[in-house]
Amino acid sequence: MNKLELQKKAVEVRKGILTGVYNAKSGHPGGSLSAADIYTYLYFEEMNVDPSRPDDPDRDRFVLSKGHTAPGYYSTLASRGFFPVEDLKTLRHVGSYLQGHPDRKHTPGVDMSSGSLGQGFSAAVGMALAAKMQGREYRTYCLCGDGEIQEGQIWEAAMFAGHRKLDNLCLIVDNNNLQIDGTVEEVCSPYPIDEKFRAFNFHVITINGNDFDELRKAFDEAKQHKGKPSAVIASTVKGKGVSFMENNVGWHGKAPSDDEYRLAMEELEKEAAKLC
Amino acid sequence: MLENKPVATRDSYGNALVDLAKEHEDLVVLDADLAAATKTAVFKKAYPKRHIDCGIAESNMAGIAAGLATCGYVPFMSSFAMFAAGRAFEQVRNSIGYPHLNVKIGATHAGISVGEDGATHQCCEDLALMREIPGMVVINPCDDVEARAAVKAAYEYTGPVYLRFGRLALPVLNDEASYKFEIGKGVLLKEGKDVSVIATGLCVSESLKAAEMLAEDGIDAEVINIHTIKPLDEELVVSTASKTKRVFTVEEHSVIGGLGSAVAETLSDKCPVKLTRIGVNDRFGESGPAKELVHRYGLDAEGIYNQIKAGM
Repeated sequence: MNKLELQKKAVEVRKGILTGVYNAKSGHPGGSLSAADIYTYLYFEEMNVDPSRPDDPDRDRFVLSKGHTAPGYYSTLASRGFFPVEDLKTLRHVGSYLQGHPDRKHTPGVDMSSGSLGQGFSAAVGMALAAKMQGREYRTYCLCGDGEIQEGQIWEAAMFAGHRKLDNLCLIVDNNNLQIDGTVEEVCSPYPIDEKFRAFNFHVITINGNDFDELRKAFDEAKQHKGKPSAVIASTVKGKGVSFMENNVGWHGKAPSDDEYRLAMEELEKEAAKLC
Repeated sequence: MLENKPVATRDSYGNALVDLAKEHEDLVVLDADLAAATKTAVFKKAYPKRHIDCGIAESNMAGIAAGLATCGYVPFMSSFAMFAAGRAFEQVRNSIGYPHLNVKIGATHAGISVGEDGATHQCCEDLALMREIPGMVVINPCDDVEARAAVKAAYEYTGPVYLRFGRLALPVLNDEASYKFEIGKGVLLKEGKDVSVIATGLCVSESLKAAEMLAEDGIDAEVINIHTIKPLDEELVVSTASKTKRVFTVEEHSVIGGLGSAVAETLSDKCPVKLTRIGVNDRFGESGPAKELVHRYGLDAEGIYNQIKAGM
């Protein structure tokens, strides 16, 4: 996909996020929207996946370590054809396969259940290790939050991945700078994030995670870099794409009202029209 | 009762893994810098490429095991019970239990028989913790034969299994040639009519000895080995309780949450009779030679005998 096509897809993904969260009357729009361009690039350009063969042993793997941003993940998987977009309306409803946090047992395309912060990255490391042991060519991608890297387990996994030189592993840190209790700097600063991952023997790439040109450059570079896992530190805007949600921590875990939903969808429709 | 050379079930664990690995290429073993102690070192030596040392990071080890399981491996993650079930509890619950992944947790150094290392390393809460996780099978074998059979059964079963092993060498009760292990099936070791003694792990052989002492006093004890704490063999538990009307459970674990609790839950539902839970009484362990601790905590034959006599 070219940049314009990716931008259009990302608008679709963002609409799906809002529809899911609005119908659930709960959920996490802020971090879903910040990562929407990352999800879109991974599933529509970067990763080797086939919705008709979600269990293909050679498929690329993705683990959403920041599992609360499942609305963005689900919306992307639905747009990519893993399940009907219409089902996004069942998010968080009783009996739905779209649980509040990803459930690999029931959701097509979900490689790992996640949501308890810090844990998904370890599973991704296990998947990358499995590829090395089995001599398979697939790559493993993992998305975590900048607040999430306050969890010690992230660094246990990073130490292991660096030690094992898992160059088939790519961690993306969605660096939107906001967590529930405030900015990540105020709460418990993880900065400098790049230097930390370098010290853990990662190849570090710092980009604007809401820019498809930079995402393309970063993932191409990550693939080419041998001998080390990559960490893409993606600077993003929390709530990106909906003006009143942008950089507002209040939208971390809150559903829009009827009016807010209407306004947000109008904004996204306008954005889509601009891209046509 | 057979009295062969005593074997610690942690040794059985390592040996069984080596045996199984010969036939099963998907079996891999993970450790957190304790291969020498969990006795998986024999596996590491035989199959170095299939042994993954994660360093001292049990939470990450649980996650890596989960990731490997999603890719078709059957990982045995090994550590002390304290760290496998305790430290990594939430990882075991959320990364292994919730997605119901085919990970086996080999937890050695369970209970007070860790000995000299003392309370920080003596996990008497692991059965309770693991039993709580939906879909988790929990096995606590009583001797070398049973432990090796349990490892094989765990491999053959699809889904998460918690295997509890000890550091103290135990007498070998079971005959390798004739012993049949089945997950969820208790073993009636000695029939009796006056009292039921339901034991697990190292307390099984001690309970058999206690039954001999009780016999001298004219008390005919039925002795049952419950190697699978979950799923519990409810049929056997109810049948022995309805026969003797007096039940004692014996375990090297807290009396809260382990075998005693599992039996209490079943009997209160299906066959309410008087039950006494013998085990570690809501306290931490302490340093000392393992056998002396087992005696001090009333879990050797003499202690079991005394508690049963007092309760009859």
